[in-house]
Amino acid sequence: MSEVLNALSWACLVSGAAFCVISALGMIRMPDFYTRVHAASVTDTAGAGFLLLGMMLQAGFTLVTVKLIIIGLLIFFTSPTATHALCKAALTRGLKPLLAHDYTSAESVTSPEEATSKR
Amino acid sequence: MFTAAAAGLLVALGLVLVRAMLGPTVFDRVQAGNTIGTLAMLLLAVIGFLTGRPEFLDLAIIYGLLNVVGTVAVLKFFRFGDLGEPGGKGTEQ
Repeated sequence: MSEVLNALSWACLVSGAAFCVISALGMIRMPDFYTRVHAASVTDTAGAGFLLLGMMLQAGFTLVTVKLIIIGLLIFFTSPTATHALCKAALTRGLKPLLAHDYTSAESVTSPEEATSKR
Repeated sequence: MFTAAAAGLLVALGLVLVRAMLGPTVFDRVQAGNTIGTLAMLLLAVIGFLTGRPEFLDLAIIYGLLNVVGTVAVLKFFRFGDLGEPGGKGTEQ
């Protein structure tokens, strides 16, 4: 029984850490602020969820599990709120989302003046 | 196994730190700071299990609460240019 729990907790911890690394890679590679927000949300859902689940399986029915549940609830409620406030502030400041035709024209045309004159 | 999780979290922290330094707009930096806060919470919890001291979970809870307050305060500053919103009662003079 404890071997099964250990293996499950191992899998959860490793996949949670892998999801965190994938999310950080997305934050480096994505072309635009709003797409980077999308990549960063993977840390708050899959990464934190799997890591906390793995630690709960390791701790069993103790006070430590209650604290881990409190941390999970904290991330669950506050991270979407912060992300929403961030995107609202960026839109209010006039940061435009990168659209598909902007992206392809930026790839094929070297200077932004040429891109605006072509359209 | 906790060592592997802590190593992965440290790699993710380094990558997000690169984004915080590169970020072309200020919102990229705020987003990177928020993500660094979440990753630091998880790293604190993992280190607590790694060293066998579950008191680190309390530090993680406090860090998360401070992270939220800090992010919202910085956002409000960059949105309105001021931390106090004008127009409330007692501010007119």
